[in-house]
Amino acid sequence: MSLRRPIQLGAVALLVLATLGLALAAAPVNEDTVREIGSELRCVVCQNLSVSDSPSETANQMRAIIRERLAAGESPAQVKAYFVEKYGLWILLSPPKRGFNLLVWVVPFVGLGLGLVLVAVAVRRWSRRPPGGPAAAPAIDAATRERIRREMAELDTR
Amino acid sequence: MSGARRWVRWAIPVAAIPVIVLLAYGFRTDPRAIPTPLVGKPAAAFSLKTFDGPEISLAGLRGRVVVVNFWASWCYPACYEEAPVLERGWRAYKDRGVMLVGINIQDKEEPARQFLARFNHTFPNAPDPTGRVSVDYGVYGVPETFFIDPAGRIRAKHVGAVTDEIFSANVDRLLAERP
Repeated sequence: MSLRRPIQLGAVALLVLATLGLALAAAPVNEDTVREIGSELRCVVCQNLSVSDSPSETANQMRAIIRERLAAGESPAQVKAYFVEKYGLWILLSPPKRGFNLLVWVVPFVGLGLGLVLVAVAVRRWSRRPPGGPAAAPAIDAATRERIRREMAELDTR
Repeated sequence: MSGARRWVRWAIPVAAIPVIVLLAYGFRTDPRAIPTPLVGKPAAAFSLKTFDGPEISLAGLRGRVVVVNFWASWCYPACYEEAPVLERGWRAYKDRGVMLVGINIQDKEEPARQFLARFNHTFPNAPDPTGRVSVDYGVYGVPETFFIDPAGRIRAKHVGAVTDEIFSANVDRLLAERP
């Protein structure tokens, strides 16, 4: 009994190790990674669809290529670089943040900032404009005031 | 007050200038014209089984001017327009150190064979069922034609139907470069 125990344990450990080793050797490509890479690549035969979103034959083939390259041990960055090498930066759905393409990333925020500054300046100017406040309305003479009072009273009685 | 007004009066047209420049650039660029980064680069190697049986590989064609044409049987009318042009070009140049290879992509075998029979194509044609070769050549759609020099470099790419003029101009230019 006391001798059998370690043997059993050893067998279990061996089995676990073997399964682990097999799993590692097969190294199934993570489908999430395939989808992630595909979602950043433009489907070349579609209008504005990513490789992950397109049901087309070509997108399917491109997904197979992504899978194959990952299985061969390439990193996601290397897989993307392969497609860029073949199709140029056009293949990337979001332009890289450098060079002329940087404009696309920066200009909206610059515009937003400029707009905010403009609004702030305008608001300050408007709130400053009436020097005496609403009281600066032209004075009404006594006769007009009397007439207004009379006409209001008439309206009330009607 | 009037100083600030004058400033605003200038600011609006001045602010419009970059917008106009950007629009002018944008409208002059054809969004469908996609420059290939492959011109000037070595052509990717391929080895495909032709419809007729034998393998065709780019490696075996070194020293020749190679024209690679990507096509599909559903690609109407462009592929149908250029099909006779390709056969004419092949017959005119095959004895002068030029090889023409057709690669059938995004297609099914039966209609592809019908297409070849219809146009009586005598140059090697091979399907690319996995799309590996078309991605290696950065192909967007059909037809696309690549002109490869004897050293194995892609020297020109033509998108759309090839005409006799385009075919011979490119091939003649590459033939003239041979020592």
